[in-house]
Amino acid sequence: MTTVTARPTPAAASALKAPAPRRLPRPRTVALAGGAYLIGLIFLLPYLEMVITALRPGNELHDRDLFPSHPTLASFTDIWSTGLGTNLGTSLEIAFGSTALVLLVAIPAAYYTARRNFRGKGLFLLLVLITQMFQPTAMIVGIYQQFLQFNLIDSVWSLILVNAGFNMAFAVWILNAYFSAIPKEIEEAAIVDGCSRVGAMFRVILPLAAPGIVTALIFTFIAAWNEFIVALTLTTQSGPRTLTVKISNFVGEYATDWQHLFAASVIATIPVIILFALIEGKVASGLTAGSVK
Amino acid sequence: MTQSTQAGVLEPAPGSDGTPRPAARRVGGGRRVLRALAPLPWITPATALILFVVIWPVVSMFLTSRQHFDSMGFDQGSAGWSNFTKLFDEPDLPGVLVRTVIWVVAVVGLTILISLGVAQMFNKQFPGRKVARWALIAPWAASVVMTSIVFKWMLNPSNGTILVLMHDLGFMKDYNSVNWLSQQTPAFIWEIVVAIFVSVPFTTYALLAGLQAVPEDVYEACRLDGAGAVRTYWSITLPLLRPALLVAALINIMNVFNSFPIIYEMTGGGPGNQTSTTTLFMYNTQQTSIGEAAAMSVVNFGFIIVVVLFFLRASRWNTAED
Repeated sequence: MTTVTARPTPAAASALKAPAPRRLPRPRTVALAGGAYLIGLIFLLPYLEMVITALRPGNELHDRDLFPSHPTLASFTDIWSTGLGTNLGTSLEIAFGSTALVLLVAIPAAYYTARRNFRGKGLFLLLVLITQMFQPTAMIVGIYQQFLQFNLIDSVWSLILVNAGFNMAFAVWILNAYFSAIPKEIEEAAIVDGCSRVGAMFRVILPLAAPGIVTALIFTFIAAWNEFIVALTLTTQSGPRTLTVKISNFVGEYATDWQHLFAASVIATIPVIILFALIEGKVASGLTAGSVK
Repeated sequence: MTQSTQAGVLEPAPGSDGTPRPAARRVGGGRRVLRALAPLPWITPATALILFVVIWPVVSMFLTSRQHFDSMGFDQGSAGWSNFTKLFDEPDLPGVLVRTVIWVVAVVGLTILISLGVAQMFNKQFPGRKVARWALIAPWAASVVMTSIVFKWMLNPSNGTILVLMHDLGFMKDYNSVNWLSQQTPAFIWEIVVAIFVSVPFTTYALLAGLQAVPEDVYEACRLDGAGAVRTYWSITLPLLRPALLVAALINIMNVFNSFPIIYEMTGGGPGNQTSTTTLFMYNTQQTSIGEAAAMSVVNFGFIIVVVLFFLRASRWNTAED
């Protein structure tokens, strides 16, 4: 009887001690959101610590507090005198070079396998799927011997080639998915209107697949930018060293200047995190694209 | 070439017409050759890149493992299996192998467990979900080298943030009393923690994609049948999540097994080889004996092939030809 009368006025119902069922989830949502924010914060903490240490003046570096009392941007300006600019240039060269190479070889392959059936297509896709699982780390001895033979130690080209080769599979899968999703009729219409097949690909298909291309582009760029063991192995102290290798070498030095090290790390890390945020939703599906039925 | 007119003709004849007709006329034969060559401009660059960058090193690695090098690194001809016998005689090797198993099992297992929980949480609606999800991607996007260096810094015995916090919370009395990264077990545990830390984001995202593929009406039906939250999760969510879970696990096994920067930056595999996995051991051996390092990488590669075979079984490869 009381519940029936209480129903039209939910406010009154919640004033009574039995809460209406619709109101129940609220504290749960609060707890859920709180927990999720906490998890997010935990995953950000090391990067916050990176920024905070970079902002410490040298004389506060070893203070036992969480925040510096006189934060300064000095490390971000001093750092360039260590030749970091050259390393930044090398990293950019390698990342842009590998990305360009990946797009150049992956777009035609992804387009053709999405559109046509041909003998050997299965074999080709198998090769791509297998290379997606391979990583340079396990083969580093072979990679080193190979580039030694070709006299390509200390060459930016060897790093561009290796990065492109090991990241191409992701680009092929994600582009293949995008190309397959575009209806054939669209490009057939373009061909009827007088486009060649290649022309149709450039004018119709590529613009439609732009989100996929951007994803492949950013993913390859970040992977090449972050790559470590190949860059470490295929270059010597006097050769072209990437930002990552340079920062890693900082640590080994006597009396590490941590504030400078982390200033360099911030420069190497924060842009990448922002770039990655642009494609976050598509990467997991791209990495598992070749594999989820 | 006559691609546009051929397009319609080509589609119904995929690579399945394996038996060549006996008396093909010249024109037909020419066409067939053309047709077989047509894919080449499109896929040759990609194939060439794979062959040169991925397959060549594999061959080179096998050859190197059978070569004898002198102390200057010059090739002294065939070594037979001596690089392998030398490797298996290494006193450090058994420990390295055991640690590699612990490393892969602990990191992948805990990563999956944590990610299942986190994904479940992030799959629910709450205000600010997008921002919280973004925060999660930082360890995924950032270079593992940087993440490992920050952890090393946060663990430094005199003023690392983690120790400052422990001191302030009363868990630790004196600074400089614990130097975790210089002792085998604590160092290895911290390396496992960092490996989990960088693996959870990808795994969570992969599982989230799997969770979103579960249709809402399945849960609806479950509720109507009166199943509780635990029961629903165990009997509905987990089984439906299995494909995503399997793939995420295999990709993680591969990543974790191949992981190099974490241990390299935090301890370098030391003291001695006490925190090395096979990957680190291979790298450290390469500095002294390249043939033996190649033998180690051949052993590693064997494990990788096994994982790849599992991956292919779990993959859409089975259905790609349909």
